[in-house]
Amino acid sequence: MHELALAESVLQMVDEAARANGFRRVRKIVLEIGQLAAVDPAAMRFCFDAVVRETVADGAVLEIEEIPGRGWCVHCAAVVPMDDFVAACPQCGSFGVQSRSGRELRLKTLEVE
Amino acid sequence: MCMTCGCGSEGVHLDGHKDDVGHEHEHVGTDGVVYRHAHRHHHHGSDVSHRHDAEPAVPREIRIERDILAKNDSFASDNRQRFEQEGVLALNLVSSPGSGKTSLLVRTLLALQGKTPVAVIEGDQQTSLDAERIRATGIAAVQVNTGKGCHLDAQMVQRALAEQAPTPESLLFIENVGNLVCPAAFDLGEAAKVVVLSVTEGDDKPLKYPDMFRAARLMLINKCDLLPHVQFDVQRVIENARRVNPGIEVIQLSAVTGAGVAEWLDWLEREFGAVKARRADSVAVLKRRVAELEAQLQAQHTFPANEPHDL
Repeated sequence: MHELALAESVLQMVDEAARANGFRRVRKIVLEIGQLAAVDPAAMRFCFDAVVRETVADGAVLEIEEIPGRGWCVHCAAVVPMDDFVAACPQCGSFGVQSRSGRELRLKTLEVE
Repeated sequence: MCMTCGCGSEGVHLDGHKDDVGHEHEHVGTDGVVYRHAHRHHHHGSDVSHRHDAEPAVPREIRIERDILAKNDSFASDNRQRFEQEGVLALNLVSSPGSGKTSLLVRTLLALQGKTPVAVIEGDQQTSLDAERIRATGIAAVQVNTGKGCHLDAQMVQRALAEQAPTPESLLFIENVGNLVCPAAFDLGEAAKVVVLSVTEGDDKPLKYPDMFRAARLMLINKCDLLPHVQFDVQRVIENARRVNPGIEVIQLSAVTGAGVAEWLDWLEREFGAVKARRADSVAVLKRRVAELEAQLQAQHTFPANEPHDL
């Protein structure tokens, strides 16, 4: 649901970059979204299309690189894949896996002209 | 086309040369800020589209590598620093709509009346009904209406603080928009998120909305007076919450009967005490540092710097 606020935030950063770098059109926006970041890529695309209308990023391709979740088990010290915060450690079956990656929410690059 | 905003892509003609005759205009950004800027172009007509023939479009890549929430986080960090310096315990109350957050807050404020200075920031999409309920207790409350927004952000809190600054060494309750999803992602600068879950909502909520229960330090199980009438397993909800957040603290209470509220007030007192102690420590550190610097200055006056040095 908060994808709209995030899309607006991306647009603000694009606007700042446009002022700093003097480009007039964005062709591609690359985001990094972790699997554990509570952001739905489909909702992000929908909101993005809505907020960029009639802006410098109108018509830009939104590329989303999804970062898989990985966690560290506090019980058996294994580094394990992590799909959500609810699942038990696949190695020892205990709960309390701490996320190590997958919470990313970054604007990586812009392709501009 | 305007570089900043994309405006003027229709109905404006530009034939590739620079000219001092331009136009100035303004438009409102998505953040509500009004941008005003000039186009140094010569406009010949209104029927041909905007072109930049003399400047061929060469695509290039710009690396940004910034967190999308960076702006919110920087406002949050300003808020947090201010709370710490002033000894304010700021709590971000989150829950789904109808969990009894406001009722619990009213009961809490009445219990703290005359003992601890308290301020409230109320977040809702519309109306100031909640702020009015709070003000009826005699406590100052600022209502923030988020409009289309589904959560409070750190900048909204900063604006509310400008409107009504909390007194030093006080409690600040920030009642977020009723929503178990989005407020989890937005740091407001609070000391802790407190999630309120009522027994009418179901004991599977922590598994369905894990981000919120992961972000919270304390879970208040509210409406416990209704337990005989609903299918809600208190032990199961605690297990579920600890599956997503092993360290989460839990208090069972009822804002209506007052059962368990004393334990919540104890928790507040403990946290508030810790905030005040940290402030006293940092004041003591500053005083020590001032004393050290004064001693150094004193020493420089006592031993003039024109003594010969070994090289």
